[in-house]
Amino acid sequence: MILSVEDVTVSFDGFTAVDGLDLAVEEDELRCVIGPNGAGKTTLLDMICGKTRPSRGSIKFKAHELTELIEYEVTRLGVGRKFQTPSTYEDLTVLENLEISYPKRRGVIGSLFFARDAALMDKIDEVAGRIYLRDHLGAKAGLLSHGQKQWLEIGMLLMQDPELLLLDEPVAGMSPRERERTAELLTGIAEGRSTIVIEHDMAFIRMIAHTVTVMHEGKVLAEGSMDEIQADPRVIDVYLGE
Amino acid sequence: MSFDIAVMQAFNGLSLFTVLALMALGLAIVFGLMGVINMAHGELMAMGAYTTYLTALIFERCAPTLMAFYLPVAVVMAFAVTFAFGLTLERSFIRFLYNRPLDTMLATWGLSLILQQAFRSLFGPREVGVPSPPWLTGAWQPTSGISIPLSRLFIVGLTVVVGCALYRLLFGTRWGLRIRAVTQNRAMSGAVGIDTARVDAVTFAIGSGLAGVAGSAFTMLASTGPVTGQQYIVDTFIVVVFGGVESLLGTFLSAFTIAQMQSWLEFMLTGSMAKASILLCVIVVLYFRPAGLFAAKVRR
Amino acid sequence: MRQRARPPAGLLLIVALLLAVPFVSDGFREQLIAKYLCFTFPAIGLVLVWGHGGILSLGQGLYFGMGSYFMAMFLKLEAAAQSNTGSALSQFYGSSLPDFMVWNSVEVLPWWWRPFHSLLFTIAAIVVIPPLFAFLLAYANFRKRVGGVYFSIITLALAAMASIVIIGQQGYTGGVNGITDFKTILGVDILSDRIKRVLYFITVGTLVTSVLVVRLMLASRTGKILVAIRDREDRVRFSGYNPATFKSFAFAMSALLAAVGGALFALQEGLASPSLVGIVPSIEMVIYAAVGGRLSLVGAVYGTLVVFSAKTFFSENFPEVWLYLLGGAFILVVLFLPTGLAGLADKLVSLLRFPRASAPASMSVRTAPEDIDRPVELGSAPPA
Repeated sequence: MILSVEDVTVSFDGFTAVDGLDLAVEEDELRCVIGPNGAGKTTLLDMICGKTRPSRGSIKFKAHELTELIEYEVTRLGVGRKFQTPSTYEDLTVLENLEISYPKRRGVIGSLFFARDAALMDKIDEVAGRIYLRDHLGAKAGLLSHGQKQWLEIGMLLMQDPELLLLDEPVAGMSPRERERTAELLTGIAEGRSTIVIEHDMAFIRMIAHTVTVMHEGKVLAEGSMDEIQADPRVIDVYLGE
Repeated sequence: MSFDIAVMQAFNGLSLFTVLALMALGLAIVFGLMGVINMAHGELMAMGAYTTYLTALIFERCAPTLMAFYLPVAVVMAFAVTFAFGLTLERSFIRFLYNRPLDTMLATWGLSLILQQAFRSLFGPREVGVPSPPWLTGAWQPTSGISIPLSRLFIVGLTVVVGCALYRLLFGTRWGLRIRAVTQNRAMSGAVGIDTARVDAVTFAIGSGLAGVAGSAFTMLASTGPVTGQQYIVDTFIVVVFGGVESLLGTFLSAFTIAQMQSWLEFMLTGSMAKASILLCVIVVLYFRPAGLFAAKVRR
Repeated sequence: MRQRARPPAGLLLIVALLLAVPFVSDGFREQLIAKYLCFTFPAIGLVLVWGHGGILSLGQGLYFGMGSYFMAMFLKLEAAAQSNTGSALSQFYGSSLPDFMVWNSVEVLPWWWRPFHSLLFTIAAIVVIPPLFAFLLAYANFRKRVGGVYFSIITLALAAMASIVIIGQQGYTGGVNGITDFKTILGVDILSDRIKRVLYFITVGTLVTSVLVVRLMLASRTGKILVAIRDREDRVRFSGYNPATFKSFAFAMSALLAAVGGALFALQEGLASPSLVGIVPSIEMVIYAAVGGRLSLVGAVYGTLVVFSAKTFFSENFPEVWLYLLGGAFILVVLFLPTGLAGLADKLVSLLRFPRASAPASMSVRTAPEDIDRPVELGSAPPA
């Protein structure tokens, strides 16, 4: 078990976003988290990656207690996060975006004397190929299309090589063709890693998920395979309604 | 230190407080709403002071018998002039700089230089003073040892009145509601039909108007020159930042605290060390409470 | 494979011009330019910390002042030792007093003046104290995510504070007149033309070195991370970097540059003054970088020279106009010319070279003409 969320609670101005949540993710598992808006899904990711501190509970990642750490510390432990809106470094080129994500020499002095070596360039080449951007390495990230920016962000995560990947709505705003390609991409990169994906697109989830967790009002409503979830009466009641 | 001196010392601090409070309220409203720091805010105060001076001159020339009433007229004029100027300013260039707070600081600094030079050209490089109206000359002497100039009492009263008016505006009128709504959630306010551009313009104008009134009050304390505004701007920023931008009451309290501290420290140390200690103190407090000393607890 | 930064045409041109100055102009003009050059240092610092780091330091004067005052203290002590001023008491303690101390009835040299008898200490102080102070100040704030406007105000307040204290403590700092009247440096007459020329070349050399060093810094990974932090600080945390250390480093470097400029100023102008420490001069230093182009190091050099030349010209001939112009410059640059003269020059150059290449930024990469076709070579340098 690589990630263990235990009895985690957080409130904002009186509104309880996450309420005594328990969640466990195994190694090499691809877990999808779904739920209506306001269920607390993004807040859950916020707490795992160190952006928000829970008021109660514990989040353990490989025996490290994440609730005491801040973002860059959690990242260095091997957790990677992708946001809802594409978040790339617009003024830097695709190559530079990937290069920055390389998890070596992340201190000031180390960065000053950091030089591009063969290992780095090989990795960039490999990752760029996987995210369909090998021909665009010299382009400024700001000039990419929406879908390409999402891929670039996934590429940046790949460079970081995290053991736990947190993806928040990775296909939001993509065309059906782009979604297919992204699904291929994600199943590929989820190998050898644990991944938590927040998504709304059922067809997409069916393509990639091992297990699905349904959240509602800050708690876990149900957990299981896609078929089990879609047949669960509680879930149908609250969320799916089909 | 005797009681009398203590009271007079406290009152000194109170006079400084009035000017700082009015200036800081104006700046805080604008900063809280739009994230804009207007470096020309000090020049707006000077504008208010010069308007007061001009009003006094006009009364002297045209209606010398009514001199006793020039001051209230001057205060209103100072507000009106700076309000109008603020409105023009906002519409003409501040609004192009939203979401660029650092750039706004630079552009408004440029404006402050221009205004300073304009004052110099119009009114001369030397400081000008205003005559004290007859009903404000003299002092209040509750005891034989305490002597508080009436002019200072007046400006304290003025500040209280303005403070109450502002409170009433913000919490008791529709305009105030709109302003508060836009401050808290701009997107939603726009979505429910509030004309955020107009709210911005009016709010900026109100902030400027407050600076104008501060300038008017200032004329009762000292004379005004082209660089007077610049001398108060850093103090005003400090008050705003120290008090926390979230609440106007915090700004008020911050102005009071800093003014009192300045007054007492000046009494005990030299002028320069007093100033330096206050700045240092504020910087240290900000380290421990970056949102300001009097700010409400900030989420996350 | 190490990245090599190619010196751009702009830098070569300015170096050529500066080196030519002593041979084509009279001593007065040379002196003037030497003075202007001292202010290019804080401007370059701002290109680093503001243009690339997104931190608007409104208090460069503080560090410029540190540099100039430290150097002035050394020079003044040397001058005092030669003229043997001072009370019997100070002579008993083995050091002559600077004249302004005597005039202010200061009996004994304060302990914090003493180490400045040594040139070595003075130089060490200039390159260590300002950046160290700046780093600590910045880190304390950035750790707590105090940034943007708040931090700018703090830098402003510190500069104001420094100026107030210097003026107030007349006996120890020379007050509003500053510290002046130096005679020699290490025995060599500081007022001679020969030495002034030497100092001029030292200044140019230091400037060129600084520009090259900062360029290297900006071209390195550190520079890119700084830009990333400027544009998307939160995102950078999730790439595993602590933005506070990078920002503080940039801030400290800008303080170091300003201090060096201040020290050179004291050497050349023979003066350290509080009028170069407070709010007004500090914010003026921003305009040098803004006019030249906040993203361009060479631009900052040009910008400083242009602004100073304008200042000298107008202050002499049309003094009332100067402040209008300066104020207007702030407004115009911010509203219409955010990349300054350097940005303008770049646009002109690219228009001349690629007349049809102005593609709107919103076009997707499939149709943008230049970038996609440019092959990425290992070890290529980013644009200057």
